[in-house]
Amino acid sequence: MTFMVIKMSNSYEILMARRNEIMKKSVGIDYDKYEYKGIGFDYEKMMSDQGYDLDTIIEIQQANMVGKTPLVELKNITEYARKYAKEGYGARIFLKDEAANLSGSFKARRAALSVHKAKELGYKGVIAATSGNYGAAVAALAAKAGLKCIIVQECFDSKNISQPEILEKARKCEAFGAEVIQLSVGPELFYMFLKLLDDTGYFNASLYSPYGIKGIETLGHEIANDIFEKEGKFPEAVVITNAGGGNLTGTARGLKDAGAIDTHIIAASVDLHGLHMASDNDFNKKSFTTGHTGFGIPFSTFPDRSDVPRSAGRPLRYMDRYALVNQGSVFFMTEALAILEGMERGPAGNTSLAAAFSLAQEMKKDEIIVVQETEYTGAGKHLLPQISFAKKNGICIKFGNPLDEIPGENIIFPKDGSLLKHKEINIDDMRKSYLKRYKDKELNLADFQYLSDELKIGIKHIKELLK
Amino acid sequence: MIDKGTYVRIRKTIFKPEERSSNLPVETSKVPFKMWVKGYLGEDSDLFDIVTIETITGRKETGRLKEANPPYKHNYGEFVPEILELRKTILNDFYGDKNE
Repeated sequence: MTFMVIKMSNSYEILMARRNEIMKKSVGIDYDKYEYKGIGFDYEKMMSDQGYDLDTIIEIQQANMVGKTPLVELKNITEYARKYAKEGYGARIFLKDEAANLSGSFKARRAALSVHKAKELGYKGVIAATSGNYGAAVAALAAKAGLKCIIVQECFDSKNISQPEILEKARKCEAFGAEVIQLSVGPELFYMFLKLLDDTGYFNASLYSPYGIKGIETLGHEIANDIFEKEGKFPEAVVITNAGGGNLTGTARGLKDAGAIDTHIIAASVDLHGLHMASDNDFNKKSFTTGHTGFGIPFSTFPDRSDVPRSAGRPLRYMDRYALVNQGSVFFMTEALAILEGMERGPAGNTSLAAAFSLAQEMKKDEIIVVQETEYTGAGKHLLPQISFAKKNGICIKFGNPLDEIPGENIIFPKDGSLLKHKEINIDDMRKSYLKRYKDKELNLADFQYLSDELKIGIKHIKELLK
Repeated sequence: MIDKGTYVRIRKTIFKPEERSSNLPVETSKVPFKMWVKGYLGEDSDLFDIVTIETITGRKETGRLKEANPPYKHNYGEFVPEILELRKTILNDFYGDKNE
């Protein structure tokens, strides 16, 4: 079928009105059956209902060159961090080298289950809306499964200029035989996505379906088990780059399921405060297209803004702390990882590494902090082209205190390692913002119980935050 | 002229500014919402003609013909001297005098 240009007032609204019907057909999940009477839904039932237990997931992933990635101790970076820690402090930093997965990132874990489900249910193809590594992951796994694949990217500003990182991801998707649809900046991407699902009848390989999250649980399991095997204990903390919330949710669920219930779950994002994600002007003023606060905060405080009726990525259920690092610090650590550890990896994947460098300094020397991902690097997706692109877009490159960085105006590299520090977001502020939409709503006990699960705090605490 | 069957890239306006979603930042609401997609050209055409293509998954799309045999142009960018500076900083921090 071909697209027809119909006035937004018609096409947009007609299609949006059919949103739930299209979703149901394209994800193979009847979300309605998990809904409670009030505000909540049965999250755990939605997660366990899809027929994937841990052994099945491991089997599917292993058959697809996904998972069982190396866990390495970053001895030099640990030593570097300790230079700035007080006596007896400076935790050991470990890194899970997720770039070793098929297609070069942890996203393959998510794609493996989605593509498996699509194949099992008899869909001819899969569609995913993503400008990130997830596209390459879905494309690679679809290629392996013999399914067609369409990736929808937000790619260009109105001057037809694209982020080099996104262009590289488009290339990679095409390398696996996928069709890539590139769009200009704006939330109408969702309209296009729905239209494609409706026109093709393909499977919605959403990042936010239970498959998209359950696939990451193996990452949490591997971290818990690998550290336990090596060190006889679970890690004290795991730092997880947070954007749409799935990475954090899946990893935390896996850790807890493996018994690491006391491990601190720390979210990390690149601080892009002040840049509007739907702004045509701001689009090319950032140096990170994912792993940043522009996704991390809204998706944490309102997970159901995603492309499925109920997101399986619900980070506030698991998050103990939220650390922010600036763009300059992430580039700095990307360089440090290359020249001190011999690992050249993509910058966005090193967001949690930058946070860990600073967080480790607050922890005792015998404690362990795990950075749970890396991503592949290459043309476009590397600090050279990304910084070069920033300069072309008028961003001033400086050395100084990275916490003074103003996103969209400058990038500040730490003048030395002592200045590489994270900032902390108060989780209660995020909870408050989550609760905003229930402020004037009458809530019953079941609603409060649901909110208590969603926000990982007691009902009394929720009532205080609602005031 | 570009031959039928050539692999090309087209651009299409999905929504004009006045047709766009409400709640957009002002600068976004003033520009059209556009799409780029690649595929095989349906018939002999000239650059900037409105053409129909068949995409790699077999879908038909129409739009303005922008480019034939579209290459990948992203690369490692310009030389960035600040990265050498970064490197020096890290090595000096880490090795101190040993790095001299």
